[in-house]
Amino acid sequence: MPVSSGDTAWILISAALVMLMTPGVALFYGGMVRRKNILSTIMMSFACLGLIGLLWVLYGYSLSFGSDNGGFIGSLNFAGLMNVGQEPSSVYATTVPHLAFMIFQAMFAIITVALITGAIVERVKFGALLIFSALWLTVVYCPVAHWVWGDGGWLANLGVLDFAGGAVVHINAGVSALALVMLLGRRRGFPSEPMEANNIPMVVLGAGLLWFGWFGFNAGSSLASDGLAASAFVATNTSAAAAAFTWMIVSWLHRRPTILGTVTGAVAGLVAITPAAGFVPPLAAIPIGIVTALVCYYSMVLLKIKLGFDDSLDVFAVHGMGGIWGALATGIFASLAVNSAGADGLLYGGGIQVLKQLASIVAVGGFAFAATWILGKLVDITIGLRVGQKEETVGLDLSQHGERAYGGLLR
Amino acid sequence: MKKIEAIIREERLDAVKKALEEHSYFGMTVSEVSGRGKQKGIPLQWRVGEYRVDLLPKLKIELVILDEDVPIAIDAIVRNARTGEIGDGKIFVLPVESVVRVRTGDRDENAI
Repeated sequence: MPVSSGDTAWILISAALVMLMTPGVALFYGGMVRRKNILSTIMMSFACLGLIGLLWVLYGYSLSFGSDNGGFIGSLNFAGLMNVGQEPSSVYATTVPHLAFMIFQAMFAIITVALITGAIVERVKFGALLIFSALWLTVVYCPVAHWVWGDGGWLANLGVLDFAGGAVVHINAGVSALALVMLLGRRRGFPSEPMEANNIPMVVLGAGLLWFGWFGFNAGSSLASDGLAASAFVATNTSAAAAAFTWMIVSWLHRRPTILGTVTGAVAGLVAITPAAGFVPPLAAIPIGIVTALVCYYSMVLLKIKLGFDDSLDVFAVHGMGGIWGALATGIFASLAVNSAGADGLLYGGGIQVLKQLASIVAVGGFAFAATWILGKLVDITIGLRVGQKEETVGLDLSQHGERAYGGLLR
Repeated sequence: MKKIEAIIREERLDAVKKALEEHSYFGMTVSEVSGRGKQKGIPLQWRVGEYRVDLLPKLKIELVILDEDVPIAIDAIVRNARTGEIGDGKIFVLPVESVVRVRTGDRDENAI
């Protein structure tokens, strides 16, 4: 097919929007940690733009979207961008340059790795994190992206619906984060000492960039500048709104309506609508958003307060649980009237779709947990995942990066 | 000469400053401090649940005055810093050995 200028413009803009989400995550996470770990937390996300951005063009794109091998992984026929040029691919996004589709996908891989880091901030060794990230992209992200989105991927063949990455990005990152938390243990002092956020306005700025960038993430996943993109755009905004509002009310019923809770709700709403955005009617985003706020809120209460897991910035509760609910919700609310390439969900007589979605949750979640555990263990016994006691106490900004976020008294 | 160190609530600064001014005590140093006393701390909220912050933000006012002015200054501070609730703060009075005005080199009483 010839290149469509409208579609290409939208996909390139969307790629740029999704790129901005990674600095967004950096600020979102950076504001929530203690003052001594701001830079290290920001760095964990920002470094992904360097590391994953390179690995993706070298071989990551190829392992994800190259010629199929038994439904499980791509071949190396696109390694080093071989055969990826200005002409459209014959199977993916056939109206935009293959290079545009490739770089749009690169941004998803980058942010997925960045999301995981929120669970292990304030104690993970930076060098170990880089090695783990490279291994995780190769062994976990690329296969899972191939299963769900690759031509011939086994979950794609099964008929699993994942519009923009509920399973590939959010369940994958959330479950992997939980595995790392179990390997790495709690931060020193958790939960007896308060771990106070250093800068909540920065968290809000990060959440704002995430919400903004998410339009590229979801509406861009239409891979065309069309009506479906508009539908996904509206669903995305509506779910974020419903979840932000719901979390605010729940927080208010507890005591006061917190801004930290409200922006967390917005992110949970964006997570849950991700797999559904281009398959469900826009108004389905209201129940999807309301339920995700409740699911994520009470997951956080259970995991952190009741069970004492130090998933420091609640990556499993928001992305794992939000992604799981989003995958199920896609099976419930999907409609062929919205997207003829999708399916009818439970509400439209297609109950089988819920089972397919459930299969994707179990497959992606189970694989991500097991593979992350093994990779994390390997890094731990070779170079060690965790910083020393003294380094943790003085803070990772100084001990890992030799910098501090704010200058001292002397000007 | 005595130094008065008063720990007060942030929101009482303007009233205290004004009262001291009325008695012609203009010179002072104010700093943001954290501390605790009988107030014990306040609960804050996280995404879910609460945590306690036990060092609360207060302001510290420091001024150096003549011995005979101490009761007036203390009275001005107490009357304007007091709310009656726990957490109103404390006043410390310390002896001062010597004072030098940097610009002129004036000493002691002449430098206050």
